[in-house]
Amino acid sequence: MKRFFHNELDTLRSHLMLMGEKANDAVNKSIKGLTEKDIDLVNNVIASDEDIDALEVEIDYEATRYLTLRAPVASDLRLMTVAIKASHDLERVGDEARNIAKRARKIILKQAGYSEFQTIPDMAIMAQDMLRDALQSFLHEESERAYQVMEKDEEVDQLNKANIKAFIRMAKDDPDLINRFLDLIFISKSLERIADHATNLAEEVIFLTTATETRHKAALEPKKESRESE
Amino acid sequence: MNESTQAETAAGPGTLEAKSSEYIQIRDFSFFYGDKQALYDLDFNIPEQRVTAFIGPSGCGKSTLLRSINRMNDLIDGAHHQGDILVNGNSVFDPLTEVISLRKRVGMVFQKSNPFPKSIYENVIYGLRVSGRKRKSELDQVVAESLQGAALWDEVKDRLHESALGLSGGQMQRLCIARAIANKPEVILMDEPCSALDPIATGKIEELIHELKDQFTIVIVTHNMQQAARVSDFTAFFYLGKLIEYASTEDIFFNPKERQTEAYITGRFG
Repeated sequence: MKRFFHNELDTLRSHLMLMGEKANDAVNKSIKGLTEKDIDLVNNVIASDEDIDALEVEIDYEATRYLTLRAPVASDLRLMTVAIKASHDLERVGDEARNIAKRARKIILKQAGYSEFQTIPDMAIMAQDMLRDALQSFLHEESERAYQVMEKDEEVDQLNKANIKAFIRMAKDDPDLINRFLDLIFISKSLERIADHATNLAEEVIFLTTATETRHKAALEPKKESRESE
Repeated sequence: MNESTQAETAAGPGTLEAKSSEYIQIRDFSFFYGDKQALYDLDFNIPEQRVTAFIGPSGCGKSTLLRSINRMNDLIDGAHHQGDILVNGNSVFDPLTEVISLRKRVGMVFQKSNPFPKSIYENVIYGLRVSGRKRKSELDQVVAESLQGAALWDEVKDRLHESALGLSGGQMQRLCIARAIANKPEVILMDEPCSALDPIATGKIEELIHELKDQFTIVIVTHNMQQAARVSDFTAFFYLGKLIEYASTEDIFFNPKERQTEAYITGRFG
C-alpha cells in the first residue's frame, strides 16, 4: 500500500538529485571558465551559488518535516539522516565551485594569457566523475558503485599534493607571481575537497542502502585493534 | 497559556488555505456532567475541509467536545452546557435544530465499528431509508458512491446483500464511514476510529481520511500521536478540560509553544 505521504520521499530524492546536478554543473563551469578564460562562465558560477544554498534549506526542511509528521523507520528514516548530511555536502561543493570561480576570475583578469594549470583539469574531471557516480549510486541505490567512488579519493589527494609541490616550486622560481600560484594552489585544494565531499556522499549512500557505517574507518580500526590486544 | 498563544487560539491557527477558517465555531463553551465540569470556556474555530485532531490524556475532555458537536451528549442524564457551537453558522443547540437532521449534517464514526445486523447494502442506505427514500436506482447509486468514497467498493461489490457482520474489523469501520458519507454530511467526527484495528487496516483508514478531506470537514480524536501527526492539518491539545494549544499540526509537533504540550507529545507528561 502506497501512503499519501510517500510522494514526499520522491520529492526529497528529486531535490537531492537536482542539487547534486547543480553543484556538479558549477564545478564544471568554474574549471571551464578558468581554462577557457571565460569571465561570463565564472561570474555565472558565483551568482548561481545562491540557488544551491536555497536547495539545502529546502531539503533540510522537507526532511525535518517528514521526521516530524511521518515517524519514518528503517530505510525511510535513514533517508532523512542522509538527506540532511548530503545536502550539506552538496552545499559545500557549491561553495568550493564558487571559490574556484572567484580565483579563476582574478587569474583571467590579471593574466589572460596564462595556461599552466598542472593537473587541475584532470583533477576536475575526476572529482566530477566521483560526484556524478555518487549521485547515480544514490539514485539507483547501488552501494557497489558508491564503494568505487570511495576508492578514487586517494588518487585525487595525490594529484593535489603533486600540484601543490609544483606550484610552490614555480613560485620560488618566479616570486613576483606568488599570488597567481597561491590562487592555483587553492583551486587544486578546492577540487580535492570536492572529491572529499563526493566520498562523503558515497559513504552516505552506503549507509542508506545497507545501514553500514564506513566513515572514519582508518581512525576506528586501530582503536579496535588496540582494544582487542589488551 | 501566554497572551500571544491565547490570541492565536481565539483566532484559530490559520487556514492552510481552507475555504472557511471558522466552519465550526466553538464559543465560550463549557460542559458539565452534573456538578462536575468537564470543559472550560473553550473558544476556537475549526476550518472547513481540513482534518483537525484533538489530542490529550484520558479525561482531558476531547471526546466530550467531539460528542458535543453533534449533540451525542444529550442522552446523558444531568449533562448540560454553557456557550455555543455553530456548524456552518448555525447553532447546534438552537431550539429549532432537529437533532436527527443535525446528525446527518454532522456524521460520526466511533472507536468500535457498529454496523447494524443487516446487509452491507442496507447499512449504507439506513439513513436514507429512515428519511423515506425508496427509489431503487437512487439507492443503488448512493450505495456505489458511498462505498467507493470509503474505499470499500472493490472489496464488497459482489456481496452487497450479505451480512455486514461478516466483514473484517477494518472493513466494518470503512462501512461505517460509507454509512456516514451516504447522508452527504458537512462534517465527519471520528472518535478513535483506528484504535481497534491492525496497522494495515489503520493505514487504509488514514488514507481514506486524507482523501475525504477534499469533501468533508473532519475532526478526529486520537490517542495515537503519530496518527494525529500523519493525518491532521491542525491539532488541538487539551488538558483537564482546557484548550492548552491549538496550531497547525506541523507547529504542534515541531515547535509547540506551551510547556505542557511539549511534555505531552514528548512523553514526559506525568
